[in-house]
Amino acid sequence: MSDKVKVTIDGITVEVEPGISILNAARQIGGDVVPPAMCYYSKLEGSGGKCRTCLVKVSKGSEKDPRPMPKLVASCRTNVMDGMEVQNITSPEVVEARKGVVEILLINHPLDCPICDQAGECHLQDLAFEHGSEATRYEFERRTFDRIDIGDKIQLHMTRCILCYRCVYTADQITNNRVHGVLGRGDASEISTYIEKAIDNDFSGNVIDVCPVGALTDRTFRFKNRVWFTKPVDAHRDCPTCSGKVTLWYKGADVLRVTARKDQFGEAEEFICNTCRFDTKQTGDWVIEGPRNISNNSVISANHYETLRPLPVVQNNALLQEANKEQFERATKF
Amino acid sequence: MESLTNKKKVLEQKPMTLLERMYLPAIVKGMSITFMHMFRKKETVFYPEVQREFSENWRGMHSLKRDEQGRERCTACGLCALSCPAEAITMISAERKKGEEHLYREEKYAAVYEINMLRCIFCGLCEEACPKEAIYLDGPIVPADYLRKDFIYGKDKLVEKTIEGVNA
Repeated sequence: MSDKVKVTIDGITVEVEPGISILNAARQIGGDVVPPAMCYYSKLEGSGGKCRTCLVKVSKGSEKDPRPMPKLVASCRTNVMDGMEVQNITSPEVVEARKGVVEILLINHPLDCPICDQAGECHLQDLAFEHGSEATRYEFERRTFDRIDIGDKIQLHMTRCILCYRCVYTADQITNNRVHGVLGRGDASEISTYIEKAIDNDFSGNVIDVCPVGALTDRTFRFKNRVWFTKPVDAHRDCPTCSGKVTLWYKGADVLRVTARKDQFGEAEEFICNTCRFDTKQTGDWVIEGPRNISNNSVISANHYETLRPLPVVQNNALLQEANKEQFERATKF
Repeated sequence: MESLTNKKKVLEQKPMTLLERMYLPAIVKGMSITFMHMFRKKETVFYPEVQREFSENWRGMHSLKRDEQGRERCTACGLCALSCPAEAITMISAERKKGEEHLYREEKYAAVYEINMLRCIFCGLCEEACPKEAIYLDGPIVPADYLRKDFIYGKDKLVEKTIEGVNA
């Protein structure tokens, strides 16, 4: 235990490996203290530091140097130090800053959630719901682009992009040769394929899963259904290229969509190949494991009641049991 | 048996007087009340011919609205179906093709939109959930019918009629 460092996040102390980021330390605690992340993706090396939604306040730098850090820091890019004290949701400054970040992220993001296929599992939607204000102060024309088809399976809707670079890292690290990247700088930057080189790599479909918004979407699922009307089911198959562990999204007896399994932070547990994602959409192709557990807070679990636990009819209170003994015996006699 | 209260009122039946035995005054009294009611204002209306004015917060049959240019507002986002406690609404969405811009406002539209009027409880949550101001429960009473299938209202019954001259 000696080589572990102690870090306190929102008053909760946790011992973690030295050298990991504050965000990952918070994720080890779990729950409400985990800062939201739009660009950081634990499976992608080098991601993070772009969206600024994970800003936290470091009120004590370390045991050796207890001075607080002068500004809010991005928790995905700041490493923990021994004795560090971090404030996330307990600091009004952080909450205020995050609200500002959401407003900036939404400046160019179109409010077309009713149309967008990502709605319901969109991280920006969740973030805006939790931290954003109801109205925008931005009164100028929003940046718009035409839809582009990257290959015949993926659609890029650049208008919705928040430039998190996750898809670029995916294309760089998961696939062998990257054929799309970010062109331009600052306000003018945009995700683009290098002309006419459609992604035909086996793992290119994963850019759909890593995209936190609806910029990269599955063309085979386009406007098929809303995610909250489909039923997620865990399944696997013998796949020569990937692990073959996926989530199938059913509507009735049809598989509308296949995605990677996403953990509680919305990150794919294992990347899946394009054959699994786009070409095997028959129940016969898969071995069904069971329904996927979806967080109660998600709209996908709306109107599904399997997690509802009714209160026990017979209460555990001994005093009540004694008082109602006669009635209970009468009721259970038959 | 012992009485429960002491408020017991003992009725004793006396023999009727001559006037009472004639019955005529009582008949006249009763008939006068009956005739008096004939000339009073009626509380009821002859429903299908005469219709009462609906209150301002009346919720009747749904209508799917069009915008100023006569295009359908609904984009099949599914929030009405999600909010519906009776699960009465179903829809199938479709993508707008080139040349259909005058028919549908957004790039996605509801190709099929069905409300099961037997399931609907007219709570108005769909109206509240709609982000596009596309559905309102501002219609009349849903008419009676004989077959269950006739209560599943499709777009033919729900979508507002086009205004002449605005939309061909």
